[in-house]
Amino acid sequence: FPGLADVSISQDIPVEGEITVPVGSRSPDEDYSTLDEPVRDTIMRDLKAVGKKFVHVMYPRKSSALLRDWDLWGPLVLCVSLALMLQGGSADSKDDGGPQFAEVFVIIWFGAVVITLNSKLLGGTISFFQSLCVLGYCVLPLTVAMLVCRLVLLAGAGTISFIVRLVVVLAMFGWSTLASTAFLADSQPPNRKALVVYPIFLFYFVISWMILTFTPQ
Amino acid sequence: FAEFDDAANLLAANPDATTISIDEPVEIPKNQHSRLQEPGREEDDELLGTDDSDKTELLAGQKKSAPFWTFEYYQTFFDVDTYQVLDRIKGSVFPVPGKNFVRLYIRSNPDLYGPFWICATLVFTIAISGNLSNFFIHLGKPTYHYVPEFRKVSIAATTIYAYAWLVPLALWGFLMWRNSKVMNIVSYSFLEIVCVYGYSLFIYIPTAILWIIPQKLVRWVLVTFSLCLSGSVLVMTFWPAVRDDNRRIALATVGTIVLLHALLAVGCLAYFFDAPELDFPAPIIPAHNATTVITKSH
Repeated sequence: FPGLADVSISQDIPVEGEITVPVGSRSPDEDYSTLDEPVRDTIMRDLKAVGKKFVHVMYPRKSSALLRDWDLWGPLVLCVSLALMLQGGSADSKDDGGPQFAEVFVIIWFGAVVITLNSKLLGGTISFFQSLCVLGYCVLPLTVAMLVCRLVLLAGAGTISFIVRLVVVLAMFGWSTLASTAFLADSQPPNRKALVVYPIFLFYFVISWMILTFTPQ
Repeated sequence: FAEFDDAANLLAANPDATTISIDEPVEIPKNQHSRLQEPGREEDDELLGTDDSDKTELLAGQKKSAPFWTFEYYQTFFDVDTYQVLDRIKGSVFPVPGKNFVRLYIRSNPDLYGPFWICATLVFTIAISGNLSNFFIHLGKPTYHYVPEFRKVSIAATTIYAYAWLVPLALWGFLMWRNSKVMNIVSYSFLEIVCVYGYSLFIYIPTAILWIIPQKLVRWVLVTFSLCLSGSVLVMTFWPAVRDDNRRIALATVGTIVLLHALLAVGCLAYFFDAPELDFPAPIIPAHNATTVITKSH
């Protein structure tokens, strides 16, 4: 075959054509196509998934739903609402006030990324986005605490309100840390569990501090 | 000759196998070493670690063999267990005279976990303690309105991370430069210096918490005490690296290390914590006496 020695395909020429596989009249893909469903179904499905995860955080059990079907909608909603509620505190021009929206946002997301990287570098077997998902969802108790603090501050800013806020924030801080540890601890190597749990503790401690020191103008 | 190839491959494979249990082989020679030597020379060898330094350097070279663009390369810097981190922290707080922190605890397994998280904890501890201390100092004043002072967190973070990374970089560069001129027996890698500096900052965490107490004397006693402890760890680590050098340069290097450490502590104390004695309502009392004197003189 002397002519074939000269055959070569230049990379400029695109190879195109059509490959069709004759299938039966009902391919399995058609049942899972979500293009034709009403918009309400699409939104409700995602909302139900987020809601189910919220319930899992508030009553932490050994379930893998949080880990398997991760999504970042819940963390985003929680982070934005927490950052919005932390606004309006001591907005002096002296720059001595509380954290701004961008600062809260950056602390939560950058902190979650750093903790995830830390656990992966120490040999954890959890994937990057699964860990971000868990850490973000476990901010829920602290968001509830922020809501309660703002309501208590509407009633007054004295010593009693401070004690109430302190107790609520401490309880929610403990709940957040325990919930996230319950989800994340299994995927870590056994002799490094404390090394992984400590940054999570520090992360929620800083968020709790920001919530506790919120003083309205 | 295929058998020779197989044997060579097996031999080449074996050194990799021995590096897995890196802690045990290094521990045993050290114990035998200290039993065989006379007590007089023990200090030198413990400081220099000449016998196992060669072995540990070789083993270190074989351990970190992943290329730097893979994730596994960075995992080698986090290859520590909980008890190892706790041991290193203990070693930085209680300096044993004559023992070198790097040779004793780090042993060619420098980690970045300790320095990074100790610095992060220190940043938030200083910011929060400063805030609490100012709150307690100004508590009774009627014109005082509590502010969370969140800007200071970013200032603290910049200062402490700059200290923990730039000073080791400068020190490492300086030691490399001196090594090219004077043959030093002991030389440290950049990560080992970062490790020593990171762990030596640990003592400032409880110190910062105790700085909430609004007494000037207590604060200065705490500064001196923690500076002595962590400064001595640094001095004992870096003295063997410079003592073969020109006497004045060695003393200047060690002096600069201690001076920078002291500057960090004193600077943090001065910037984040208000002075406690500005609050006494002293002027009121003499005015009261003066008015009573005037009324009496009438």
